[in-house]
Amino acid sequence: MDAVALKNISKAYSGNKAVDDVSFKVNQGELFGLIGPDGAGKTSIFRMLTTLLVPDAGTASVMGFDIVKDYKKIRSGIGYMPEHFALYPDLTVAENLNFFAAIFNTRIRENYHLVKDIYAQIQPFKNRRAGRLSGGMKQKLTLCCALIHKPSILFLDEPTTGVDPVSRKEFWEMLQRLKAQQITTLVSTPHMDEASQCDRIAWLQSGKILSIDTPSDVTAAYEDPIYAVKADNMYRLLQVLKNAPGVKDNYTFGEFAHLIFNKEKPETEAFIDFLKEKGLSGIELKRVKATLEDGFIKRLKTVI
Amino acid sequence: MKRLLAFIKKEFAHVLRDKKTLLILFGMPVVQVLLFGFVLTHEVKNVKTLIIDQSQDATSAKLISKIKANPYFKIEASTLNVRRVEQYFKKGNAKLAMVFPANFGREHAGLHRTKIQLIADASDPNYATTAENYLTAIVQDFNSEINWEADIRYTIQPEMRMLYNPELKGAPNFVPGVMALVLMIICVMMTAISIAKEKETGTMEILLLSPIKPFWIIVSKIIPHLVLSVIDVISILLLSVFVLDIPIKGSVLLLMAESTLFVVNCLSLGIFISVETSSQQAAMLISLMGMLLPTILLSGFMFPIENMPEVLQWGSNLLPAKWFYTIVKAIVIKGLGFPAIWKETLILLAITASLLGISLKRFKIRLE
Amino acid sequence: MTEEHVIKTDKLTKRFGDFTAIHAITFKVNKGEIFGFLGANGAGKTTAVRMLCGLSRPTSGNAEVVGCDVYKQPEEIKKNIGYMSQKFSLYEDLTVLENIRFFGGIYGLCSARIKSKTNELIEQLGLQNEVKKLVASLPLGWKQKLAFSVAIIHNPKIVFLDEPTSGVDPLMRRQFWELIYEAANDEITVFVTTHYMDEAEYCDRLSIMVDGRIEALDTPRNLKERFGVTTLDELFYQLAREAKRGG
Repeated sequence: MDAVALKNISKAYSGNKAVDDVSFKVNQGELFGLIGPDGAGKTSIFRMLTTLLVPDAGTASVMGFDIVKDYKKIRSGIGYMPEHFALYPDLTVAENLNFFAAIFNTRIRENYHLVKDIYAQIQPFKNRRAGRLSGGMKQKLTLCCALIHKPSILFLDEPTTGVDPVSRKEFWEMLQRLKAQQITTLVSTPHMDEASQCDRIAWLQSGKILSIDTPSDVTAAYEDPIYAVKADNMYRLLQVLKNAPGVKDNYTFGEFAHLIFNKEKPETEAFIDFLKEKGLSGIELKRVKATLEDGFIKRLKTVI
Repeated sequence: MKRLLAFIKKEFAHVLRDKKTLLILFGMPVVQVLLFGFVLTHEVKNVKTLIIDQSQDATSAKLISKIKANPYFKIEASTLNVRRVEQYFKKGNAKLAMVFPANFGREHAGLHRTKIQLIADASDPNYATTAENYLTAIVQDFNSEINWEADIRYTIQPEMRMLYNPELKGAPNFVPGVMALVLMIICVMMTAISIAKEKETGTMEILLLSPIKPFWIIVSKIIPHLVLSVIDVISILLLSVFVLDIPIKGSVLLLMAESTLFVVNCLSLGIFISVETSSQQAAMLISLMGMLLPTILLSGFMFPIENMPEVLQWGSNLLPAKWFYTIVKAIVIKGLGFPAIWKETLILLAITASLLGISLKRFKIRLE
Repeated sequence: MTEEHVIKTDKLTKRFGDFTAIHAITFKVNKGEIFGFLGANGAGKTTAVRMLCGLSRPTSGNAEVVGCDVYKQPEEIKKNIGYMSQKFSLYEDLTVLENIRFFGGIYGLCSARIKSKTNELIEQLGLQNEVKKLVASLPLGWKQKLAFSVAIIHNPKIVFLDEPTSGVDPLMRRQFWELIYEAANDEITVFVTTHYMDEAEYCDRLSIMVDGRIEALDTPRNLKERFGVTTLDELFYQLAREAKRGG
């Protein structure tokens, strides 16, 4: 049985099609990523799968139950983390956790093993009001509350937005451990380094699914060779690259800029000379492996 | 200066684009002026009067028909039994009684001086005083009329009696009204905000996903507020009795029970508002403007319902506060027991049940 | 008044009762620099930015922003800086045009200048079709780009950006940073806080705050060399992991 299955799901808000004929399946125990720009329809899909919204068209099932007819059965078996913090800010960490355990007819003790690692990190703050926690801590607490009733599927809508890199890393380590516990997880994220940790990724744009791949598929399928280039004055370099001959595409990429040449085997030496002529110094040019982010940018650019 | 203009322009834009605020800005004054216009009068009209004519002679008949003709008075019934006065007053079916003693006619013819008794329900002292003044004026007028025709001067002297509140203390009327008002403000607002807040902050999403049924969500919101409100009721009663010196003539237990019912009613009203609105701000505005103002104006506590146009009189029947106000007056001032107020109690129960029922039905189990 | 250093602090400290939010931080920011201000949540970044913007009074230490003293001339500072934060940038219920005009007016630009700047902005951002639309209807990435352009509409000497690209997709983020590069090229100093380590790479210099103190301050390259790491991600992890103020 598929953990999650969508067939021709559509949803529109005041004439705008937010989700357009979306179909995909998620296997049990999979860590499945939903990637796409803002407004792509990720949150709408989450809300439909968690039975908070009804689709205009199409059918979907979660744990084998229909999202419209059997919503009650679905609701007791899933955990959900919405995009914005949705716990009680005026209750303490411990009170929030106890509350969510209680309304799901369970006690913290019963499923403590699931949340132990995560809870250990927020335990020092257990008497602090949830509203006063930092972003990273809030996310950890929310995850605990979502897990406390031992759901079989987790839906996480951009759980690491606005969270510092250290907490982000820790959060994803927790997700990996949950995977080991056979909990299926659907997660959306704008961070490519997180997406690369998923088993499979669905690319979403303007409400449509562009493709579903594994991260290695994406990088393996990236046709053009990518070069990374650096100079002392990056801004000037970027200006030059805009009109540089033989360059198919370029974009910033942290310390370097990524270049795609028209030719498959470009003349790199000549290019470096060209850059030097333009007054750039400290030039470094090397071939690099395509990453998920390169793949994503390519897709974003082609659709625009 | 330019900056100021830029700010002003922006603020105009904000206001004009906020439909809810516009409704308050323009709708509110219109409604208020109309309501106040029709309601705000300290005149008394349509005073329900009971006539007890034990004399049944020509003079008394003449005076009675004069009163009948006057639009300020509405003759509810004519009877010979003085005990009926108490009955009518208790039920609220009459606010004034006029008693012609048996020897009215003879005395009038013979002594040229008689007395009639005017008895008023003084639980609302202002009303009673005004009503009696009118009636006295009519009697004086009658006096001059008959004296005009005759050679000898006759006088009819009205003797006044104020029932229930002989000292004409304002407070006894005041306290039940304030009680109804205060409980309404607190209870309705408290619960009105609560569900709307959960929707606004997003915690409602998580609640919906739990197995907990909407019924229990509603109950869990009512209970703490109920407990706190009962404490409020007790403080109001303690203050009235020991500080304002208003004794509770009837059963305190009955009063507490009825107050609790009213509190649950108000909390249910709040829940109903909360279920229908999506923001705390809207919930607050509706409960304050939409509920409070009509309650103050139409429940009969400040302005007599009898004075209002029929439409508003019917409207006031929809207000739980009106029924509660009647109940409290009956218990505190008139010292009546349950048999006298079972109808009003039933009405309150019915309103409460409908509010809760509708709220449950309208409670959204999804986000749309 | 030209200052080589747009920001100069000396042992700047902020205490709230017993709690020391910022502990004696000392640093300088050069004109036209893109200065990255990093740190975990709760490290003190927002507090520091508030003091530098003239919004909050320090407890002790000194600071000068655009040549003005933060204690004595906070109003002068406010007039000469731009500011954009995650929480607030533009009025959602006003149109694109109305927002530009409003902020132009607020910053004291004359009508002719507002007009020319408006056209320039719309052209630059490609918002010709969106001019009369409410800002609320724009996708996040567009909003942020517009907000940034509006924040520097009066050509301030320095602009403070508080997590400007949070939640924006990779392509839009790059477009946003192109705007930052252009601003820096126009000699506008950019003081930016971010959680995206790849964006930290775009900065000329970085400072990393941990528990109210600056634990590292240098160019990205030097920092990586010094700490023996290849990515800033690892660097941040090393420094911030031991932070005690996690909660």
